[in-house]
Amino acid sequence: MIRSAGHAATDDHSGMVVVDHLSKSFGAVHAVEDLSFAVGPGRVTGFLGPNGAGKTTTLRMLLGLVTPTSGSATIDGRPYREIARPLRVVGAALEAASFHPGRTARDHLRVYAPQVGVPDSRCDEVLAMTGLTEAARRRVGGFSLGMRQRLGLATTLLGDPRVLVLDEPANGLDPEGIAWLRSFLRHLAREGRTVLVSSHVLSEVQQTVDDVVIIARGRLVHSSSLAELDALTERAVTVLSPDGMGLRTLAEDRWPGRWETVDHPGAGAGTGAVLVRDVDAATVGAAAFAARVELHELATRTVDLEDVFLRLTGQAPAEGQSASTMGAVA
Amino acid sequence: MIAALRSELRKTMTTRMWWVLLLTMVVYMAFLAGVMAFSFAFEAPGAGAAGPGGEEGMALAPLDLALTVYTLAPTLGYVFPVIMGALSVSGEFRHMTVTPTLLAEPRRTVVLGAKLLAGLPIGLLYGVVGTLTTIGTGAAVLAALGEDPMLTDPEVLRTAALAVLAMTVWAVVGVGFGAALKNQVVAVVVVLAFTQLVEPVLRVALGLVESLQEVPKWLPGAAGEAIAGASFYSASGINELLPRWQGLVVLIGYALVLAAVGRLTTLRRDIT
Repeated sequence: MIRSAGHAATDDHSGMVVVDHLSKSFGAVHAVEDLSFAVGPGRVTGFLGPNGAGKTTTLRMLLGLVTPTSGSATIDGRPYREIARPLRVVGAALEAASFHPGRTARDHLRVYAPQVGVPDSRCDEVLAMTGLTEAARRRVGGFSLGMRQRLGLATTLLGDPRVLVLDEPANGLDPEGIAWLRSFLRHLAREGRTVLVSSHVLSEVQQTVDDVVIIARGRLVHSSSLAELDALTERAVTVLSPDGMGLRTLAEDRWPGRWETVDHPGAGAGTGAVLVRDVDAATVGAAAFAARVELHELATRTVDLEDVFLRLTGQAPAEGQSASTMGAVA
Repeated sequence: MIAALRSELRKTMTTRMWWVLLLTMVVYMAFLAGVMAFSFAFEAPGAGAAGPGGEEGMALAPLDLALTVYTLAPTLGYVFPVIMGALSVSGEFRHMTVTPTLLAEPRRTVVLGAKLLAGLPIGLLYGVVGTLTTIGTGAAVLAALGEDPMLTDPEVLRTAALAVLAMTVWAVVGVGFGAALKNQVVAVVVVLAFTQLVEPVLRVALGLVESLQEVPKWLPGAAGEAIAGASFYSASGINELLPRWQGLVVLIGYALVLAAVGRLTTLRRDIT
């Protein structure tokens, strides 16, 4: 679509984004603390964390807009501020509001074209790529959030950069827009570009990213491929029995180290509820039947990626609460 | 720097503000030039009306009358290029376009330099249009009242050209001011208050205090008028003006000092 993927392999640093012991304090607030991770070309990397985790501050330090308190962030081995014609190396869209409302979409792009070093015809190309050709001569003030996201993306593509940094690009997109964004980002990564996408919801980018970098409260909590993160997911079963003692004895006998007692709204005197990890409901039911332990509830609970993400970022509800919202009785 | 400059010029020309303010200035200047030409010319023949402390009153010689009217742009209309210049910085913060601007050119001194330079053609445009408006309206009214509009006088032509220069420098001062005070609403209010009220009052008040009489000519408005070499204030004897070249140096000094303050405050901070 744009230029060949070949230019991504011109030198060792090419397309590498490296964040090295990066910290930033705003007064007494430690927005980012000793954060290190690396992002490579040819892959889409999800930069994840709850709102206020320090994602945007990190990206702004990476892009030279915010000065780190300590540590460094480089693209192609250089700090952003030292890159000549940075828009040819890095395309970044930080928030959907960075437009003058009175400017048309095409004029917004034309403003930056001289600094990218491209003719105005390139503006029409990126408008076409992002599906904005029809809206090119409309003022941005009348754009929906989704259209602004597309225009932000179009701006990042002006210089055909090998590194793309997008802050919450799926915000405000409808399902169709998210599907479009997904295939678009995958396409850009296949061309050999480095694509770094932030989001506060893992499920939003789950089908898009190859790698994840997860932060919470300014610190790195997990960094791996999506496949490795997937391995952290597990199934679990919650069981309620009027014979609490019997149930715990059974659990300790059959699944030592994989069970825990949990609170349950249906639990009364003598009853007990346990949660057993990495097992299916049929196995638990059969074991209870064989051990003659009466069951009043048997529920499967899948700890999906989002749960893993929430737990990693310290947003997970307590086990007992989540068990109580299980529903589905086997 | 050339690329950053082209980018800045495109920023200005792709929004409506430049021509809205330009049209407003034309209306304002035409009104002032018409009224002032009419009132001075009307008083001139009599010359007997006693002015404040002078036997000759406010009556002006034809050349002084023409110069006073033709320099209304740098005397009172300069607020328009100043606001245009200030908006080129404060507007970026208001609409958060400062983020893509600094992504395109992370060297902040280059960004500020490009904005200051981009103020020159903008100020030139406002200067040419503003001065032509005062001359066109003023000369028409003077001629209609039987006064000589002095349009062929070399002093009038030189003064008109320097009035354009003053307006051009004013736009650059505006850029520096916008950099020093990035809040758009506050910047516009301060510009209007200072240029339309504070400085005129200061000039009259300080002019009355003997030990402070030398101060007003160093104020930015007086420095701008000094570039053109004439003004309503000097013609009416309220203040003296600096020599032209000194006025130019002083006004450019204001632009550079404000820009330096902006570089060390607004443009040194984190963009969050």
